[in-house]
Amino acid sequence: MNAPAEDYLRISDLHAWYGESHVLHGIDVTLGKGEIITLLGRNGAGRTTTLRSIMGMVDRRSGSIQIDGEEMINMPAHRIAPRGLIGYCPEERGIFATLNAEENLLLPPALSSGGMSLDEIYDMFPNLLEARRRMGTSLSGGEQQMLAIARILRTGARLLLLDEITEGLAPVIVKTLDTVTRRLKEKGFTIVLVEQNFRFAAPLADRHYVIEHGRVVDCFEADQVEANMDRLNHYLSV
Amino acid sequence: MDVNIKLILAQAMLGLNNGVFYAMLSLGLAIIFGLLNVINFAHGALYMTGAFVALILYSFLGVWLGMEWLHIGFWPALIIAPLVVGSFGMLIERLLLRWLYRYDPIYSLLLTFGVALVLQGIFINYFNVSGTPYPGQPESLRGVVNLGFMVFPKFRLFAIVFSVIVCFAVWFVIERTRIGSVLRAGTEKPELVQAFGINVPLMVTLTFGFGTGLAGLAGVLAAPIYSVSPLMGADLIIVVFAVVVIGGMGSILGAVVSGLALGLIEGMTKVFYAPAASTVIFFLMVVVLLVRPAGLFGRQS
Repeated sequence: MNAPAEDYLRISDLHAWYGESHVLHGIDVTLGKGEIITLLGRNGAGRTTTLRSIMGMVDRRSGSIQIDGEEMINMPAHRIAPRGLIGYCPEERGIFATLNAEENLLLPPALSSGGMSLDEIYDMFPNLLEARRRMGTSLSGGEQQMLAIARILRTGARLLLLDEITEGLAPVIVKTLDTVTRRLKEKGFTIVLVEQNFRFAAPLADRHYVIEHGRVVDCFEADQVEANMDRLNHYLSV
Repeated sequence: MDVNIKLILAQAMLGLNNGVFYAMLSLGLAIIFGLLNVINFAHGALYMTGAFVALILYSFLGVWLGMEWLHIGFWPALIIAPLVVGSFGMLIERLLLRWLYRYDPIYSLLLTFGVALVLQGIFINYFNVSGTPYPGQPESLRGVVNLGFMVFPKFRLFAIVFSVIVCFAVWFVIERTRIGSVLRAGTEKPELVQAFGINVPLMVTLTFGFGTGLAGLAGVLAAPIYSVSPLMGADLIIVVFAVVVIGGMGSILGAVVSGLALGLIEGMTKVFYAPAASTVIFFLMVVVLLVRPAGLFGRQS
C-alpha cells in the first residue's frame, strides 16, 4: 500500500490510548513534501497526543501512519525518527537540566547526512553560541525554545513536528521564531505546527486542521481562512 | 584516652579501605536507580557472586574440569568476574525486571530482594557459610608497605587506589562524555530520548549490566581481603544503602564522595569511640534524612 509520492505524511484513522483512556478517536491528516500544516484546537483536544502518537510516545495506537510511503504504526519508538527522518520538538521544549546547552544540542543522533552543521546552527541562533556551556534549564525560555528547534535541525530530519513553540514567549521572540519557520520552509522542510497562537500560524501554514475530542472536525486551506473566520473563532474560543 | 596521630592515620587508611567498597557499590546502585528507577536489592548478592567467581576460577574450576593444575588467578578474575556478573545482571533485567517497569517500583525492589535470597541460598548450599579464604592473591601484591605511620598490606593499598581510579573514571565518563550525556538525558526524560532515535531499552539493559558489573568488580577486590562467604554481600549492602541515602539517590558524585567519606568517618569513630563505629553511618543517615531528605548531593525537590 503506497501513498502517492507527493504525500510525505499520511495519517488515517489514528486512535491512541494512555492506559485505559482512549484519547484519539480517528485522526486523518495528510501533508505533502515541503508543506506546513497546523493542528488547531482547544487544550486537551488531542493535538499534542497526535504528535506523540506519531513518535510512538503513547501506550497504544492503532490506524495508519505512513511517512514517505512507509507504514510506521507498529514500529518501535526508537526506530521511528530514523526511518521517518522526523525531528520532534515537544511541548515544554524538553530541554535536559543535567546537560549543558551544547550537550543538549548534540544529543539527538544524526538521522541523515542533510543536517545543518554546528556553525550554521550558531549562525542561525547566535544566542546559543554564547550560552553553550550553561546548563540547559538555566537558559531563558526563548533560548530554550531556540535550542529545542536547533537540536532537531542538526540531525538531518526532513519532517518537523513542532508543539506550541510560541507558548509563553515574548512578542520579539515570537517574531524570531516566525523568521526561523519561514527560513525552514524555504529550505524545503515539511512541518506540522501545533499552535494556540493562530496569528503566528495563519500566515505560515498551507492548511489548518481543527481537532476536537480526538477527531479532525474541520479543515481549511490557507486561502479559505479569511472567509471562514467566524467558524474558526467558534472552534478556538474557550 | 590515649589518641595519637599514628593511630588516627592508621584507622583512616582502614576506614578508606572500607570506604572504597561503599563507593563502588553505591556508585552502581546510583547509576541503576537513576536510569531504571529500580532499587537493586540484589547488589550485595552480586558483589558476593563476584567474589565467588574469583574464588571458583582459582580454587574450584580446575578440579571440576579434571585439570587440578588449573588456577585462574586474580588478574584474569578482575576482568572475567565483572563480565560474568554483568551478563547475569543483563539477564535479570531482560527476563525479570523488564516486566515490572510499568508498576510501582516496590515490585522491582521485592524482585531484586528475591534474586538476592536465591543467590545466597545457592552459595550457602554449595559453600562454607562462615567463609573460604581466597588464595589467589597475586605474588606482586603480597606483603606490606611501610607508610611511615603504619605498615599496610600492599593488596589493600592497591584496592584503594584501583577503586578510586575506577570510581572517578566512571564519574568522568558519565559527566563529561557523549555516552554519558545520553545516559543523563535518558535518566531525565527517557521517552524523549527514545523519540530522538536512541534505543532506550537496550541502554537500560547495558546500564544494569554495567552497574552490576561494578558490584562484581568490587567482589573480586574484596576476595583477598575478607573471606569469601555467601553472606558477605548481605552484611555490606545495608551499610551501602545508608551511604546511598546520605549521598542522595541517583547522584553519581554523591555516591562516590559519600562512600569514601563515610568509610573515613567510620574509621575515625573507631579511634574516638569504638562502640559507635558500626552505627555511626546509620546515625548520620537519620540526621541527613531529617535535614536534607534528598541526600547531601541529591536534587532537593
